Amino acid sequence: MTEPLLRVRDLKTYFVTEQGSGTARAVDGVSFDVRPGETLGIVGESGCGKTVTSLSILRLIPEPPGHIRPGSFIEFEGRNILTLEPKELRAVRGNQIAMIFQEPMTSLNPVFTVGDQIAEAAIVHQHLSRAAARRRAIEMLQLVGIPDPEERVDHYPHQMSGGMRQRVMIAMALVCHPKLLIADEPTTALDVTIQAQILELLERLQAELGMAVMLITHDLGVVAGTADRVVVMYAGQVVEQAPTVELFAHPVHPYTEGLLAAVPRLDAPSLSLRTGGRGRLHSIPGQVPAATAWPDGCRFHPRCPYAWDRCRAEEPPLLDASQGDAGTHTARCWLVTEPQRRTRRP
Amino acid sequence: MNIWNWVALGGAAVAALLVVAVVRRRASASASGRRFFRHPTAAPGLFVLAFFVTVAVAAPLVAPYKPYQQIDIDHLQNRSPSTRNVLGTDPFSRDVWSRLAYGARISLGIGALAMLVAVTIGGAVGATAGYFRGWMDAALMRLVDVGLAMPRIFAMLVVVALWDHIAVPVLVLLIGLTGWFATSRLVRAEVLSLRERDFVAAARALGAGPGRVIGRHVLPNAAAPIIVSAALGIGNVMLLEAGLSFLGMGVPSPAPSWGNMIADGWPKMAVAPWSATFPGLAISLVVMALNAVGDALRDALDPRKEAV
Repeated sequence: MTEPLLRVRDLKTYFVTEQGSGTARAVDGVSFDVRPGETLGIVGESGCGKTVTSLSILRLIPEPPGHIRPGSFIEFEGRNILTLEPKELRAVRGNQIAMIFQEPMTSLNPVFTVGDQIAEAAIVHQHLSRAAARRRAIEMLQLVGIPDPEERVDHYPHQMSGGMRQRVMIAMALVCHPKLLIADEPTTALDVTIQAQILELLERLQAELGMAVMLITHDLGVVAGTADRVVVMYAGQVVEQAPTVELFAHPVHPYTEGLLAAVPRLDAPSLSLRTGGRGRLHSIPGQVPAATAWPDGCRFHPRCPYAWDRCRAEEPPLLDASQGDAGTHTARCWLVTEPQRRTRRP
Repeated sequence: MNIWNWVALGGAAVAALLVVAVVRRRASASASGRRFFRHPTAAPGLFVLAFFVTVAVAAPLVAPYKPYQQIDIDHLQNRSPSTRNVLGTDPFSRDVWSRLAYGARISLGIGALAMLVAVTIGGAVGATAGYFRGWMDAALMRLVDVGLAMPRIFAMLVVVALWDHIAVPVLVLLIGLTGWFATSRLVRAEVLSLRERDFVAAARALGAGPGRVIGRHVLPNAAAPIIVSAALGIGNVMLLEAGLSFLGMGVPSPAPSWGNMIADGWPKMAVAPWSATFPGLAISLVVMALNAVGDALRDALDPRKEAV
């Protein structure tokens, strides 16, 4: 197995809340690897810590109120990002690791042309001249499939549609050919047809440029189509981690199981569709607990259909549930040790 | 005042009208430009400003005399307005119109330059405080509190009183250095909200340093309120300069400023009201014009009115 490009170990990002009512443990001991050239999907519902994890990797967490706890470790190509000097850190941002954000409508600066904004990273990192940077911006616009790039390069963000702006965001992120692209819900704000186009574009660019992609999403459909491996997050922790095919075929953690059951499907009756075809879509009961007060024991136990005494008392570690090579599939659930307890269907 | 001065003066009025027409034409292309001219006092205000700026630039053409020239100290003091001296002569036998024209250079110049100093410092301080937050914000804002609590005119009188004559650039610096406090508050408030915007996070994720983020992504988006406050602030600065000059602490005679012209003229107010009245009128007109334009700019640049 190749050396991972990015190695995250025991990442803890906490926020001190305004009223002093406690510390929100938004990301609480997350570990995962991203290998060169692969697509890693990170899945979870709102508030599970996906975005905070991605912001932590580039150290973009606003401090205060947030801080990354000592003991956390984020290694990129053998260097610990958490101990980099500001200048070294800026040399990594946008150059080695780039990020695209969720909201293409607000992530572009309204007072500059898109060409200026695409060129910015090239000027910052590669010290290109303005003319060369402009040519580069036109190339990038062409690469991300925007028609008439020579003309579009001088347009302002408000002259473009949401899908085009997201293409511009991708062009901005890829100007310096980063080794890792973090895409934080890149398609959430777009409608379904545009979403498919953008995902296709990302896949094509990944193949052309040979970069790794960390795809953060709450949409399992997006992950199924694009990711090689998936990390499922819940309540600030990784609850399950497996190759995509295996995860969809044999989910171990009840949360993953619930998520998969909650995806509406046209082709096959989902787990929760009752006979007669007028069944209701499955939902996981309850809500994500507050980040200031995670439940004791397993953090999913109040919503888990299988929970028993041990789940309430003892927090499970990530247990090996691999069917093939050891360590490829792990889940944070006691069911791994006591599979006979999986009795009721969720 | 000879025929050429009248022609030049007419030319200044035409030039000002042209400026208004050109600006109006350019502005009609954008929604905010149209909003600007929908303000009833915007066009007249712009005309008055353009007119006085033209007069200031073309002072040697529109003024028949040198501003400090005493035409005939024995017979021509306090003459009422006539064809020869359109606005009369002052107690020192100087042509009031000529001094008014040259005085526009000093009064408008001080107003604009002092405001530029104030906006530059206020912008830098406000952006630093708002962007970096924390102890830097606390320290700078306490400094601003002190500045705002200081009675400005007395503080300036103290400084000015240390020297018997004060050079105009020093006066500009003095007014600018005591006038940036409110601007820095305004800029800080804008920056505080802008720094949380997604495009600022995106710029940081691209590897842009704080200087680049502030200079390219934060301040250009805060330009509108800064421009409005500067336009409104120039009027204040001009009034302050006039007040200081009137007290004899501002622009030293014989250089003409509208403030020290009032100071020169007011002892003869009963017999020769023109020598103090006309510079007073000029100040009022320009300050009113600045306020009108500032108000219209505020309406025009307020994004909440975008839907109108």
